[in-house]
Amino acid sequence: MTEAWKQAFSRVPELLAAHVQLSFSALLLAMALCLPLAIWAARAPKVAAVILGFASLIQTIPALALLALFYPVLLGLSALLGGGISALGFLPALLALTLYALLPILRNAVTGLTGVAPAAKQAADGLGMTAAQKLRLVEAPLAAPTIMAGIRTAAVWTIGAATLSTTVGQASLGDLIFAGLQTQNWTLVLTGCFASAGLAIIVDLLLGLIERAIRERRKIIAWGATAVIGIGLAIAVLPMLGARDDVVVIGAKGFSEQFILARLIGSRLEDAGYEVRYQDGLGSAVVFQAVAADDIDIYVDYSGTIWTNQMKRTDTPSADIMLGEIEKWSTATYGVTMLGALGFENTYAFAVRPEDAASKQLKTLDDLARVSSDFAFGTDLEFLERPEWAMVKAAYPIQFKEARSFNPTFMYPALSSGEVDVISAFSSDGRIAANGFVVLEDGKDAVPSYEAMVLVASRRSSDDKFINAIKPLVGAITVENMREANYKVDREANKQSPRQAARWLDERLKDGKDQ
Amino acid sequence: MNSAPSASGPAISLQSVSRDYGAITAVDTVSLEIAAGSFVALVGLSGSGKSTLLKMINRLVEPTAGEVLIADKNVEATDPHILRRRIGYVFQNIGLFPHMTIARNIAIGLELAGEKDGRQERVAELLELVELPQEMASRMPHQLSGGQQQRVGVARALATRPGLMLMDEPFGALDPVTRDSLAGQYKALHEKLRLTTIIVTHDMAEALYLADRILVMEDGQIKADATPAELLSGGVGDEAEALVAIPRAQAAHLIALSKKT
Repeated sequence: MTEAWKQAFSRVPELLAAHVQLSFSALLLAMALCLPLAIWAARAPKVAAVILGFASLIQTIPALALLALFYPVLLGLSALLGGGISALGFLPALLALTLYALLPILRNAVTGLTGVAPAAKQAADGLGMTAAQKLRLVEAPLAAPTIMAGIRTAAVWTIGAATLSTTVGQASLGDLIFAGLQTQNWTLVLTGCFASAGLAIIVDLLLGLIERAIRERRKIIAWGATAVIGIGLAIAVLPMLGARDDVVVIGAKGFSEQFILARLIGSRLEDAGYEVRYQDGLGSAVVFQAVAADDIDIYVDYSGTIWTNQMKRTDTPSADIMLGEIEKWSTATYGVTMLGALGFENTYAFAVRPEDAASKQLKTLDDLARVSSDFAFGTDLEFLERPEWAMVKAAYPIQFKEARSFNPTFMYPALSSGEVDVISAFSSDGRIAANGFVVLEDGKDAVPSYEAMVLVASRRSSDDKFINAIKPLVGAITVENMREANYKVDREANKQSPRQAARWLDERLKDGKDQ
Repeated sequence: MNSAPSASGPAISLQSVSRDYGAITAVDTVSLEIAAGSFVALVGLSGSGKSTLLKMINRLVEPTAGEVLIADKNVEATDPHILRRRIGYVFQNIGLFPHMTIARNIAIGLELAGEKDGRQERVAELLELVELPQEMASRMPHQLSGGQQQRVGVARALATRPGLMLMDEPFGALDPVTRDSLAGQYKALHEKLRLTTIIVTHDMAEALYLADRILVMEDGQIKADATPAELLSGGVGDEAEALVAIPRAQAAHLIALSKKT
């Protein structure tokens, strides 16, 4: 237990710094935007209605959706401006969080400025203050406590919402939460929660202190608290000033196998002398765009995913033909190198409970179609929107009673407990065999093949040292080894971290070579 | 408008001045000459336009038509904020800046004008002028009583040595005792500094006591223009008579009461 905590906490300083950098940048940007807008709005009630309406509208969009929306927006913008804008990582997270922080700052600033006692404003006018003097000498100081309260609310919201920026590839304390959720590592989840909640509480306390000090006109306390925040920021930003060397960024989607393979690739690259960083939890569409845009250097994808999602193909040729065509397509279209297949497949596999398989005689997807009207279907978060599902439905007359989406972690327990009757499992997942689930055969080959394969960004494709470090992994991983490695991370008891599982897998590969 | 302390206040001239708010006419074609150094009271009921008329002199309200001249100079020739820095303005809600000390409140006009030298001495002088103890300088406005606050309001208005004082119900929110003593002290200041003062009040007794000329306003027009003595002797119109009747009846009642005892 203590070992797990130690391991989780070892990642906190780096992620906390990234979290602080991100949320404070967003807060500062929001303040820079809001304060002039608020001054304008306080003088023109019609403007106030429009601006506050817009800010409230943004607030109704879930933070996660707002983050996701910036990805295509920035991609489009980058295409318009001839590239150069990164649609992944810091920028989309910064923009989404900034928008999210607008409302509390704006609303409080407008309230504060319009709430300045009319007598003080009349006196300011009567004494012959210009509009600027009135703002600086009277309105701003009198509205300051209210404005500060808004900034405080925005700070707490932003720090909380910043955990979601993991999904667009920006490092934050959310990395711990999302990775922990995927691998059912609650130590990791709790560490992420404690760290981000702790940060929010400390910042809230300090800003609250400043707010009260301004209200009570106690300058020393206000400056003291500001200094503490400044020191904290400096500590968080300092590492950024250090020269950023050539760091390899390894991407991973949001499940255990991806985490493990990323660490396996990472350890090989570290052995070759590279410094590596991991960007976990990227969505299927996001991760390919990221390698195409050189935002990440390398990751593992599956042939069928590229085939259907990126190439928009609906035919299902043999695995070798598919890999060959993907290789040609990715090089020609994006300069992305398909280094080769790792040697195992991770396809969508429809799995049912062994009792049902026996009693209802379920062996193939045709059998499933026969009973589908009585079955509840559990899937991961994206399957129902994927072309593979359309392919399966086109090939087999399946009509489920209901369909529910789960985080992959909870999909397997949902099948065991009878909440659903069939799931879209992953064929390399160790939990299929561990639970004794029965995988139904796709007799019509409706689903394309999903060979795991390594994709390398164009800027690394001519780096021989890099390629040679990864090349030995091609064709080396059997589905049995992958399942076992996955199970080490996914199982309920005696869990291992993706890094430990990767180390185990690495040793198996080396043993295999010795024989 | 001279900055020398001994200078007399300027003469004011209003020429066919009107102010409309949509369909409502607050001030209706008023023409008026106010001699330098006079103490004029604008008296009338709420909504009679007296406050609007006052605010057109320091351009807190811009006239819809007509011209305002101070010392024969059109007020529109000067930027409003520059104009206002040369005119003392005191109003019922005082409007001391709650986040500034009394000293800074009093010296704010000097601060705006960029006068850096002798602020502290000027604050001490003004505190003395409005009969406040010197230790008030470092206090915050909320630590002062209403009467003390309005004394600071008067000191603040006098800080830049204006020749013209515009006062909009300056003593309206104070208790009668404070009000009476402050009014008396202001009258003495007016004479000592040889100011031109225009005061807006709804209290005829106050106007009769303070001013040397009383203008009675109703529906945006001046219905009576007389000295206190002329007002009391009657024959200056019904509007003025109605307002004078109140203090007169009160006085008669008091006299009758005192005779009984």
